[in-house]
Amino acid sequence: MGWSWDHFFRFMVSEYMLLGVWTTIWLATVAMTLGVILGVIIAFMKMSSYWILQRIAVAFIWLWRGTPLLIQMVIIYTVLPKVGLKFGVIESAIIALTLHEGAYFAEIVRAGISAVNKGQTDASKALGMAWPQRMWYVIIPQATRVIIPPMGNQFNLMIKTTSLASVISMEELFRRTQQLAQIEFKVLEAYLCAACWYLLMTTIWGEIQKRLEAHYDKPFGPVSDKKLPTRTGVQSNDSPGQV
Amino acid sequence: MTFMQETSVGASRSLGEPIVEITNVDKWFGSNHVLRDVSLIVRQGEVVVLCGRSGSGKSTLLRCIDHLETIDGGSIRACGNKMGYRENLGGKRVELSDGKAAQQRREMGMVFQSFNLFPHLTVLKNITVSPMRILKIPRVQAEADARELLAKVGLPEKEEAFPSQLSGGQQQRVAIARALAMKPKVMLFDEPTSALDPEMISEVLDVMIELSRLGMTMIVVTHEMGFARAAADRVLLMHDGQIVEEAEPEEFFNNPKSNHARLFLSKILQH
Ligand SMILES: Nc1ncnc2c1ncn2[C@@H]1O[C@H](COP(=O)(O)OP(=O)(O)OP(=O)(O)O)[C@@H](O)[C@H]1O
Ligand SMILES: [Mg+2]
Repeated sequence: MGWSWDHFFRFMVSEYMLLGVWTTIWLATVAMTLGVILGVIIAFMKMSSYWILQRIAVAFIWLWRGTPLLIQMVIIYTVLPKVGLKFGVIESAIIALTLHEGAYFAEIVRAGISAVNKGQTDASKALGMAWPQRMWYVIIPQATRVIIPPMGNQFNLMIKTTSLASVISMEELFRRTQQLAQIEFKVLEAYLCAACWYLLMTTIWGEIQKRLEAHYDKPFGPVSDKKLPTRTGVQSNDSPGQV
Repeated sequence: MTFMQETSVGASRSLGEPIVEITNVDKWFGSNHVLRDVSLIVRQGEVVVLCGRSGSGKSTLLRCIDHLETIDGGSIRACGNKMGYRENLGGKRVELSDGKAAQQRREMGMVFQSFNLFPHLTVLKNITVSPMRILKIPRVQAEADARELLAKVGLPEKEEAFPSQLSGGQQQRVAIARALAMKPKVMLFDEPTSALDPEMISEVLDVMIELSRLGMTMIVVTHEMGFARAAADRVLLMHDGQIVEEAEPEEFFNNPKSNHARLFLSKILQH
């Protein structure tokens, strides 16, 4: 059983695999979107002044970050129906990924918001902004700049993590690869083909992430001639001791 | 520095009704008694300079006026509002909701030592964001007003710049324009020039002196005695959370009454 370029290229462009790639992309995107929304909600709960909301948020993060996604998926798909909560394959995969990733996003969002300078809150309060306006116009746009790099890395992970959904028979790229390998007896070609597709997806995402980061960094000026405020005013980079 | 040669405008100003009334205010940070029974009345159109050594409570007093800090006793009235608190049916003091406090703050402007411009917004948007989003002034109008303010503070050509592209003095002038865009009745300044390089100090002080000429009520924490001489009606000295001396500028500098004031003056005159 030697290596077959012919099989490899046929797998790469076969409709069967392309549909798997597509499923992986939308599964990752949907779970990411829902996960971010959930993460933002949990983050604000954790930062709220209501004790009960804080506790719920902490417990949520503790639970979903503390157990393997694989087990969460299996439980949602196979155990919950026994107590009357029945979800299909796709729903189970989306729910598990959303809850699991949401717990991580919550911490990323919270860290991003706490990273915004306290003076920004003072200034926006002094201008008469109430909490929703302070958040929407001042804090969140600045937190976004901090959040995007770790969030982007998390999406990179997400693209690959969707392969776990194969255990509950979700027909994404990895499961289709396994099946193709079995049907055609071309294990190496099939798995290498999958590796190439994952690599392509994460590479494209990497490019998108770079542009997003550049976009949000733009107001802060190019790093090389950024003027850093210091105690004695503003120093340009030609003075020694500045990065 | 041009402002040094200005004749004093303070003494000739006619003062109106009380607009800020601080009555027996106490403030604690943990076990640190930061404001001790502070009382102060500032009249409409008055310019008050607040000085005192580091840690004496100047910033805290200013922040309490804008309810950026809570107070533990006494009360503050500003622009017709009882700042930050109301009395419930039993006569107990209750802190206002965030939204109510925000409404009260709209009557006052505040300028910070570290500028605190919004780094993600252009100069123009820094100035228009609150008039547009809070006062619901239409964009065209808000931008026209903002351009007028930028011209007043001497930065007509910087509207599309981001704060990171401006010098400290320019940033502080934008911060003043941003505060003025809300048409405040009182302006609070917390050491507006102490983060600036010396050559930029006068461009900011000139704007502040001009503002005082136009009749703005101002409470200014600063150690710039040139400003105090040129624009202040009164100079107050804070020490350990209390106002220990209060006088017209010339009197304050030439004939300080308390030991605290003499000591303070000898320290700042050394520099
Ligand atoms: N957020 C805070 N938490 C705890 N203590 C504080 C806080 N802010 C100020 N303090 C303390 O309150 C006291 C008064 O501080 P404040 O900042 O009002 O002084 P200041 O007169 O403005 O001094 P400076 O000239 O250094 O600005 C100081 O002892 C300070 O350490
Ligand atoms: Mg201070």
